[in-house]
Amino acid sequence: MEFFDFKVITGSLPEFWRGLWMTVQLTGLALLFGFFVAIPLAVMRLSPNRLVSAPVAAYTYFFRGTPMLVQLLLVYYGASQWEWMRAAWEAGHPLWSLFREPYFCALFAFGLNTCAYTVEILAGSMRNTPHGELEAAKAMGMTRLKALQRIVIPSALRRMIPSYSNEVILMLQGSAIASAVTLVDLTGAARNVYSRHFAPFESFVFVGLIYLALTFALVGLFKLAEHRWLAHLAPRKAEAGRQS
Amino acid sequence: MPGAAQAPMQENNMNHKASVEQVRVEDLHKSYGDHEVLKGVSLTANSGDVISIIGSSGSGKSTWLRCINFLECPTAGRILVGGKEVELVRDRKGELVVKDAHQLQQIRTRLSMVFQHFNLWSHMTVLENVVEAPVHVLGLSKAAARERAERYLERVGVWKFRDAYPAHMSGGQQQRVAIARALAMEPAVLLFDEPTSALDPELVGEVLKVMRSLAEEGRTMMVVTHEMGFAREVSNHVIFVHQGRVEEEGDPKEVLVRPRSERLQQFLSGNLK
Amino acid sequence: MDALIEYSPSLLAGAWVTLKVALMSVLLALATGLIGAACKLSGFLPLRLWTMLYTTVMRGVPDLVMMLLVFYGGQLLLNAVIDYFGWDFIEIDPFVAGVLTIGLIFGAYFTETFRGAFLAVSAGQLEAGRAYGMSALQVFRRILFPQMLRFALPGIGNNWLVLLKSTAIVSMIGLSDMTRIADQAGRSTHQPFTFYLAVCVLYLAMTALSSYGLGVLTRRYSAGVRETRV
Repeated sequence: MEFFDFKVITGSLPEFWRGLWMTVQLTGLALLFGFFVAIPLAVMRLSPNRLVSAPVAAYTYFFRGTPMLVQLLLVYYGASQWEWMRAAWEAGHPLWSLFREPYFCALFAFGLNTCAYTVEILAGSMRNTPHGELEAAKAMGMTRLKALQRIVIPSALRRMIPSYSNEVILMLQGSAIASAVTLVDLTGAARNVYSRHFAPFESFVFVGLIYLALTFALVGLFKLAEHRWLAHLAPRKAEAGRQS
Repeated sequence: MPGAAQAPMQENNMNHKASVEQVRVEDLHKSYGDHEVLKGVSLTANSGDVISIIGSSGSGKSTWLRCINFLECPTAGRILVGGKEVELVRDRKGELVVKDAHQLQQIRTRLSMVFQHFNLWSHMTVLENVVEAPVHVLGLSKAAARERAERYLERVGVWKFRDAYPAHMSGGQQQRVAIARALAMEPAVLLFDEPTSALDPELVGEVLKVMRSLAEEGRTMMVVTHEMGFAREVSNHVIFVHQGRVEEEGDPKEVLVRPRSERLQQFLSGNLK
Repeated sequence: MDALIEYSPSLLAGAWVTLKVALMSVLLALATGLIGAACKLSGFLPLRLWTMLYTTVMRGVPDLVMMLLVFYGGQLLLNAVIDYFGWDFIEIDPFVAGVLTIGLIFGAYFTETFRGAFLAVSAGQLEAGRAYGMSALQVFRRILFPQMLRFALPGIGNNWLVLLKSTAIVSMIGLSDMTRIADQAGRSTHQPFTFYLAVCVLYLAMTALSSYGLGVLTRRYSAGVRETRV
């Protein structure tokens, strides 16, 4: 019995390519959304006012405590349960009709999921701002908003790079469930190729290797980012401070 | 040397700047819960004054300084900055806070603080640390702030480190950057909160030298310190705080050489730490 | 609400399946992780390289892809073996495939957890053990292992919470865990939102209960360890 037939892969390359593009889109856009929305939410998360912080805490608790697959199914299949939603679909409402689209639903669920994790990562990093640095900002006459904007957030964003790189990689791998809502991402392509050729090794090993390569690329990118933005925390180099 | 350092400063005090009042603190109290840290302390700093506040740890001397720019909020008392009374209101915790955010900002830009642990912003280079507040608080243009920053970095002798990050420098160098950061605000008064206490002994000298030269320029300074040499030779007024009260104060030549109170005698002989 | 009550027995049965998958997987993962950590710390280079390959692949490939590979690929392999021996057709069980995949994936994460924990035990304490005449085995059993476990506890807890949530993908290879039950119930009652939300609540209950239990464990086993926040 033939266990690994390369022709299965070479014959389906365009399909894998489209799947890869879908995976990159889903992961990239969800991360982009999650990152930028996480910044104000992290500030709210740390607010001393419980009316402000509690809703954000509830949001992150829900999204971090449940599987992303269930969240995705809840959005995509769950939407149709509501009468008003179905009515809006009938009427061709531009916003609510988006919830019929698996692509939008996946972005919505993935984006909210990664945002929840990012909020907690960023809030944790902000909490660890050296107290003295904040005090210095106050003593120099900065308002709370100014200190957040100039000192706390920039410093926290840099310090969170290592844990955020983890989240990015988990998001890439988590996006593999997109095929549960009929999207043909990398995993979806592999499933299609598998069922057409009954060739599980060729299809799943191949996409597994692509995911591995993507992961390596991300790890490399984040190493560069750390080098660029965490230089201030790196151990003192022999030459540091000697340049004139 | 001490005599040489002293002379120009006193001249400065007496002649050029006819004693303009910069900071006045009246009957300041501060409590943490039931524990009263400051039990009614007062001082006046006129321009050109270098006031040393000494006392054992836990005497309340740092708290006093930190109340003046409202990093801590007093529980009672009056504070006047630049002859203008700071309007205070009582918050829910029973502490006095500055009523007007704008006035608070004005106070803090007039009084610039140098901290025991430097508190440089670790994600910024030396130059960025010094440029930051002039641009984002005072509203200077980037170019003007940069010119100013380089001037003060030069002044304290760390200009060549301008592109380094604080973590890559020695404590003495960091503290000099912190002094440049405070100077770049061009404040009326410099507040020093135990500026040499966190430094290795061999690095204390370089910071004290900078502070001494600032005093010689005629800058108004309030210094909480353990450095008796500095208090005696550089300052023109010394305040000894004990258990939240001013135990003794006056001309350091007088007070430190012939202390009247038993507490200060003990403190100076090293028995009261 | 009526539909939810009607389907609650099967939903709870699904929850039990989820829990079984999670528990079996975590046992497999713990065992794999201990072996993996031992291999990574061993002086034998091929063993170290092999373990490194294992942890890299397991952490770099999505769990769903791995699971589909094990499930469908495993079936193919099984068929080949059956053909060879001339046995009757055996279908690979999604439960076994799920536990195997999740256990082996999280084995890689536990490998790192245990490796770090072993390294965190100070060499001085081991030296002290040897200095008092303990044998190598005694040092391992009495000093190294208990301390390692204490250091590993937060990591174990964290991995468990992630593992618990990743069991949801077994529904995609046809195992009737609570996600799949909710899917079926949602379709037949036209109330998918209600049922998926119920699954979320059940997962939250499980994670909340686990967090509580882990908190108790951590407090019990960290006597003498001072909390440090970095």
